[in-house]
Amino acid sequence: MEKTKVIQDVESQFEMFQILNEEGEIVNEEAMPELSDEELKELMSRMVYTRIWDQRAISLNRQGRLGFYAPVAGQEASMLGSQFALEKQDWILPGYRDIPQIVYHGISLEQAFLWSRGHLKGGQMPEGVNVMMPQIIIGAQITQTAGVAMGLKRRSDNAVAITYTGDGGASQGDFYEGINFAGAYNVPAIFVVQNNRFAISVPVEKQSAAKTIAQKSVAAGIHGVQVDGMDILAVYAVTKEARERGLAGNGPTLIETMTYRYGPHTMAGDDPTRYRTSELDDEWEKKDPLVRFRKFLEGKNLWSEEDENKVVEQAKEDIKDAIKKADGAPKQKVTDLIDIMHEELPHNLKEQMEEYKEKESK
Amino acid sequence: MAQMTMIQAITDAMRNELKNNEDVLVFGEDVGKNGGVFRATEGLQKEFGEDRVFDTPLAESGIGGLAAGLSVTGFRPVMEIQFFGFVFETFDAIAAQMARMRYRSGGVYNSPVTIRSPFGGGVKTPELHADSLEGLMAQTPGVKVVIPSTPYDAKGLLISAIRDNDPVVYLEHMKLYRSFRGEVPEEEYTIPLGKADVKREGKDLTIVTYGAMVHTSLKAAEELAKEGIEAEVIDLMTVSPLDIETIIASVEKTNRAIVVQEAQKQAGIAANVVAEINERAILSLEAPVLRVTAPDTVFPFASAEDTWLPSYKNVVEKAKEVINF
Repeated sequence: MEKTKVIQDVESQFEMFQILNEEGEIVNEEAMPELSDEELKELMSRMVYTRIWDQRAISLNRQGRLGFYAPVAGQEASMLGSQFALEKQDWILPGYRDIPQIVYHGISLEQAFLWSRGHLKGGQMPEGVNVMMPQIIIGAQITQTAGVAMGLKRRSDNAVAITYTGDGGASQGDFYEGINFAGAYNVPAIFVVQNNRFAISVPVEKQSAAKTIAQKSVAAGIHGVQVDGMDILAVYAVTKEARERGLAGNGPTLIETMTYRYGPHTMAGDDPTRYRTSELDDEWEKKDPLVRFRKFLEGKNLWSEEDENKVVEQAKEDIKDAIKKADGAPKQKVTDLIDIMHEELPHNLKEQMEEYKEKESK
Repeated sequence: MAQMTMIQAITDAMRNELKNNEDVLVFGEDVGKNGGVFRATEGLQKEFGEDRVFDTPLAESGIGGLAAGLSVTGFRPVMEIQFFGFVFETFDAIAAQMARMRYRSGGVYNSPVTIRSPFGGGVKTPELHADSLEGLMAQTPGVKVVIPSTPYDAKGLLISAIRDNDPVVYLEHMKLYRSFRGEVPEEEYTIPLGKADVKREGKDLTIVTYGAMVHTSLKAAEELAKEGIEAEVIDLMTVSPLDIETIIASVEKTNRAIVVQEAQKQAGIAANVVAEINERAILSLEAPVLRVTAPDTVFPFASAEDTWLPSYKNVVEKAKEVINF
């Protein structure tokens, strides 16, 4: 397709923002966020922890001990860099892959595992942890984000709402409606599209004629940016800026993070070799977010093998504890589920409650 | 007591709740300055400000998502779907999101959203403006479905819907908006959701119905009375959950019943009422429970509406069939 000058001009505005290149070198010094050495180490620690957690989760899933799981390896910088820019009072509306962000926002690993297992405690967000249940319907969280952000603005909570979807999610009508509503009402919302290049098997090139997803912000009249999703410093910087923009009353931001999932779409039988080449996998693994950030920190003498091993051991231990705790969760009963359908049970559920109480007592 | 049309009673209920609770927000397409295409929100923006009563972009799914999001941050949205045939655009927001909010969060979050929408035939609208889609909503666990038939009921039920802590779909039959006035107290009052109302007492036959068909059934009951048949007319008012007690008590008294609905026959509310009667009162029945409904086509083009919609004559015939069984 030959694109008009208008489109070419728009697309040329959305060059990928990067701070740390694949070699772990700072290429954009003036954009370097103000982060203390401790904070830099914390970012690394979280990525290492999440990588181990992902490996353990895949293994637990294969043993039949976890339930539903959508692997995250490759997307650590995109997920954790953006979450690190948030404050406790901010709201996260995650998709089903976005479990690391909500764990670092305050839910326990045990709860994350219970959510994976399809236990009602998995969705019971603790008091003060502003997190929605991971969304299954692609894009439904995007329109809700406009609503949550409007609610936060009305309450003058000094908080923003952030939501995550993937490249496929940006094709949904709800994506356009959500970013458009957020713009029309000028609410403090951040829409993160983690472009990991494949919506299950469909490549991003088949989702749209648009060169970038970030440019879709133009149609909604909101700020948009494409960022290197394998560069945790860049993701952190653009999210922090988006947060400040929202709180200053300057509206929502669309962030497209360029990333890759190394694993399958989910552990429920997806085989990426059917739709991805090993060359492409190799190309992206060279961009790995942990490798480049480790190099960067090592260059500053902020990270050692000892640090790394400490995090790995901690992650393994935490996961072992969490799965043990999850194993101890009460057995799920139909009566518990009947009880959470409504504030007050309507007559039909009252009757069915009695019926299941009887069944469950046997 | 004031005399009001049903639409005035609906506006009055929203005014009452906007006054009563600062967290109540009213929004939808054209509900602001224009006061809604039927004027249901007439004057509300002027009275309560653009902050509380506001227009939305023209996107029903976005409206539903906005409501769901606002509801978890503690607001009490009253969203309007301009015509209920447009509900398909926002079915996910209602059925897959709000209706599951309490369940999905294990009881931590809830969605106290009222979804108001005009529906129902007899007013010669373009396609997908008049459809009776309450059956779809009634099969959605987690939402209540309310359909008033009089101005008095409309106000009390809408106040209850707005105060309910779970999502309520509140359907307003277009033909009833201005067809008659009724007495409506100016002060606030509520009518409990999930309760039916006996609109006419009778001993020979029970007619279970709702919405505009309440009036069709009452007219049929008058005709039947001329022939000495005393029909009891039950207005469900809430079609999900059903008020089984009132239905069964009546059927046990009359031993005969028909169910009248404007919607198509297959599945739906009437089928559900018949099933409940069969399960609970079959030994009281002297005849099968029959249905008066529209045929199983899509809602018809405007020029065929009058013959497609059930008439009081259809109700009289079906009642006699059951009486003479």
